[in-house]
Amino acid sequence: MTADVPGRTGLSLSDLAMVPVRLAMSFIDAPLRWVQKTFGLGGMATFFLLPNMLIFGIFVLLPFFINFAYSMTGGTALFLPDRSFVGTDQYARLFDCANYLDPNSCVEDTFWTAVGNTGWFVVLQVTLMIGFSLVTALILNRDLRARSFWRAVFFFPVLLSPVVVGLIWKWILQRQGLLNFGLFSFGFEPHVWLNDRTWSFAATVGVSIWAHMGFYTLIILAGLQAIPKDLYEAAEMDGTRTSRVFLRITLPLLMPNLLVVIVLVLIRAVQIFDEVYVLTGGGPGTSTLYLTQYIYETGFATQLRNPGLAAAASILMGVVLVVLTLLQLGLSRPSEKKGSRK
Amino acid sequence: MTKTRTMLAAFAVGLMTSTAAIAGEVRIMWYSDGVEGEVLKDLVDRFMKENPDINVVIDNVSYSVVREQLPVQLEAGDGPDIARVTNLKALSKHWLDLRPLVADGAYWDKNFGDQADWMRPDGSNQISGFMTQITVAGGFANKTLFVQAGVAIPAKDATWDDWAKAAKQVAESQQVPFPMALDRSGHRLSGPNISYGANYIGADGKPAPIDEGSKAFISKFVGWVEDGTMSKDVWVSAAGSTYRAAADDFINGQVAFYYSGSWQVPNFSTKIGSNFDWVATGSPCGPATCTGMPGGAGLVAIKYTKNPTDVAKVMDYLAREEVVKEFSERTLFLPAHKGVVEKGLDFKTDDAQAKAALGVFVTSTTSLSDLARKLPGWHWSDTVYGALVTRVSQAAAGEMKLDEAFTRIDADIAAKVKDSGL
Amino acid sequence: MSRAVEFLFRRKGGNGWHWTDIVTWVWLVGGVFIMFGPAVWLVGSSFKSPAALAEFPPTILPYVTQKATVEAYDKPLDLYEVTLDDGSKATLAEVRRIGVVSQMVDPVKPGEIVKVNIANRTPVRQMSFAAENYTEPFTHFDFVRYLWNSVFVTVTATLITLVVNSMAAFALSKYEFRGRTFAMLLILATLMVPLSVIMVPLYSIVSALGLFNNLWGVILPTVATPTGVFILRQYMLTIPDELIDAARMDKASEWQIYWRIILPLTAPALAVLAIFSVVWRWNDFLWPLIVLSRKELYTLQVGLSIYSGELNVQWHFILAMTVVTMIPVVLVFLFLQRFITTGIAGTGLK
Repeated sequence: MTADVPGRTGLSLSDLAMVPVRLAMSFIDAPLRWVQKTFGLGGMATFFLLPNMLIFGIFVLLPFFINFAYSMTGGTALFLPDRSFVGTDQYARLFDCANYLDPNSCVEDTFWTAVGNTGWFVVLQVTLMIGFSLVTALILNRDLRARSFWRAVFFFPVLLSPVVVGLIWKWILQRQGLLNFGLFSFGFEPHVWLNDRTWSFAATVGVSIWAHMGFYTLIILAGLQAIPKDLYEAAEMDGTRTSRVFLRITLPLLMPNLLVVIVLVLIRAVQIFDEVYVLTGGGPGTSTLYLTQYIYETGFATQLRNPGLAAAASILMGVVLVVLTLLQLGLSRPSEKKGSRK
Repeated sequence: MTKTRTMLAAFAVGLMTSTAAIAGEVRIMWYSDGVEGEVLKDLVDRFMKENPDINVVIDNVSYSVVREQLPVQLEAGDGPDIARVTNLKALSKHWLDLRPLVADGAYWDKNFGDQADWMRPDGSNQISGFMTQITVAGGFANKTLFVQAGVAIPAKDATWDDWAKAAKQVAESQQVPFPMALDRSGHRLSGPNISYGANYIGADGKPAPIDEGSKAFISKFVGWVEDGTMSKDVWVSAAGSTYRAAADDFINGQVAFYYSGSWQVPNFSTKIGSNFDWVATGSPCGPATCTGMPGGAGLVAIKYTKNPTDVAKVMDYLAREEVVKEFSERTLFLPAHKGVVEKGLDFKTDDAQAKAALGVFVTSTTSLSDLARKLPGWHWSDTVYGALVTRVSQAAAGEMKLDEAFTRIDADIAAKVKDSGL
Repeated sequence: MSRAVEFLFRRKGGNGWHWTDIVTWVWLVGGVFIMFGPAVWLVGSSFKSPAALAEFPPTILPYVTQKATVEAYDKPLDLYEVTLDDGSKATLAEVRRIGVVSQMVDPVKPGEIVKVNIANRTPVRQMSFAAENYTEPFTHFDFVRYLWNSVFVTVTATLITLVVNSMAAFALSKYEFRGRTFAMLLILATLMVPLSVIMVPLYSIVSALGLFNNLWGVILPTVATPTGVFILRQYMLTIPDELIDAARMDKASEWQIYWRIILPLTAPALAVLAIFSVVWRWNDFLWPLIVLSRKELYTLQVGLSIYSGELNVQWHFILAMTVVTMIPVVLVFLFLQRFITTGIAGTGLK
């Protein structure tokens, strides 16, 4: 992809409105030349990096370190100096279990339930999301009429806010919602979906796929369109079967994209929060309570607030995410080389 | 570097516009169950006419903000100048002592003294604010459903079992989904618990382990959820201690008997209208007593305010007898002000049902048990409520056995007591 | 599109239907229902009156009970289709209902009260769009102010994001310096730290900086997006270094290279980031709710949350306001769809 069409459109904005911006930019230029002369190219690199890293440092890294410090302290105070040092007590509390196979035997049973739920959620989410997005991408890659319309159909929920997504589906799945209306009018017994532990869980998985699959479909679609057509033509000449073409040509060449998708889905699935919070609130019981909600509620929301415990849980979650991602990256290295052949 | 400077400038601008409290500005964080936000606005507008140098701003928020975000804001020393709060005792260390600031401390003691303990740290004689309304937990019956089903509404001294039986008959005959509903709230569970003989307060003033009384009612409650006598929907609609009310189901005629409280009266009056007839029933009985839970929302001043004197002026105004009277009459709230209570109120509604219901609730305040009266001023109430809701809802969802839920409730409370370091 | 792909899913045997054709059409048609259906239902429901919303089975279109103004009664009365004792049918207006008995009058001759069992009446209904679901919040709440705050946050955050992220991406893609990989890894690592997890410490920082109750407290924590840096860097890597070298020969300063050469060439990726940033910031809810507690600072999403007061969930307002907040996003989508789709395909995600 080159900077052709959208690039030109972007530039055309720059006619009149950009004049003051240009002036400002040339004003900035003079002092910067001095910086460049004094500190050299390395200095310029630092300069370019600085604003981002500064904001990033204050609002992302610093909280992260404070979070780490929180996990070593107790009490409900917000500012670190007011908190008492408790060492690894919070971690010990999280890991205090009679039997490690049974979350109910742990002191913090809710945490382990959340871990278990999140684990299942991630597995289902990754497999189903890949499945649905792949099929959708393959279909959108066919010779369709009005393809941009179909693409839009699958993509538009990506742009909705998680709160809206949660509200829409709550409105549909509730006792008197659209789904029950549908069942009712076809003569089936209505069911209270969100009262049912299994169905609620399924609903969170399904809604999350509904909301995000358009994004991954586009990434996979981009990969499909980059596969050289002559490969297929060659296969056609050999009279290879459809399924074989898919397994031998499409899938291997799609691998780099699929890996990106897997990593992204994985990271997002572990972090699932907003839409579920609106949809089920974590219920029934704790059957859709995921890790991020546990952390948010423990640290922020409940009457039993304990920011230290929440911080310890979030550090553990971070560690798991980093390990998973490194694993993915490790796996993707060789296939990236394969992919670069195209 | 210029870029950085711009960034710093942005920071500076931010700093200036943010915390610099405008002199004479008083912010009230307010949530509404009904029309009280509009009534308050009227009253405050009048105050500002009297005191043009003080600008009172009402920030309307949802109840969840008061419950979830306000405590963290207070912890950070942020927050509004005045707030309408329900967990008054647990947050009492953040309230401002108005005693040296108000015009007449004796007036406050005389009229609001009974609830002063609900909102101040143990052992102090602080004036933190006043109750905007006194509430009592109690039941509502959908009279139309009972009449249509030909089931008599249980009498005043009927037990929870009587109600369950009657409500079930009504629901079966009238094809409504829920015979009974009870809000997802520890406060709501506590009235019946006490009626079954529960006591939360240990000899040392800290929470006692959950006793036979609580166990008896909770077991009954969970059994009712299982067999469909009690609405499951509201209890399973969240995890943790999140508050959920079943009021909408009652308003839509889906519930025969709904256990909530007096604050629902104005809400029902406007929303149910003439759709069906409803009555307040007071609290059903258990083996021990027939109590509801007192409670309510208090308006408190916050100690991090930059304008304590102006805040005190606003509080003085809102606590005036005629202002409290007007507020209560227009909102259909039961007032806390002694003088107003003694002289009587003329609720501004032409809804006879609402008036009758308020009457029932006023009567029911006289039959509250001693423990029920004590709980709002007890430091650990909120802790107990939170643990109750969290675990009972797990039992109600069928993912935890009752015994286990009871052990967990004790463990949760113990952990919280330990965390607090008290 | 391409003949090759056509081949992949060609119809076997000319006009006959290969199984893949059937799958395609089932998938696409099902997709329309499942993807669009919920949103359409939401929009439809947002025009219903509270009473109609509570109804089961629900109607597809919004209906309300028809009302009639009857002489001697102040308020308009609800009209009902009534089966009378003698089996005849009539349209009567309800004066009041006591228990199971409804007192009704004939709107034409309002003198005489007819008592009817409520089982024998059905409301006369007409279609009506409850526009007040939309107009009432506008009059009760400072909607314009919320809108302005939302726009301010969205536009400012997006501009800062574009500038700051593109500068960082430029440094990370076109300069060799020590710690480059480290900086890149650091940024990527934060992809894994969701905001909701560091909320408490972040709140303490924002509060300490005095950014509580300040729109900058909403804007700043969100602008150093790792995704943005990543997308832009990947794109900038494809810009040949020769261009930069040539510019340096011409004595262009580094700033000019960034501003005059790199940025214009990165336009497609910037467009994608801009679109996503707008959507993200517009949709942000939890963080603004925490930072902003003064009504003159509320964004639309925070203002919306007032309607979901736990005691008093006003579905009719919530649905309507949800539709309102969706509109800008839908517009962005309709007009910039091409940028989004080609952009994702074209940028670093390839």
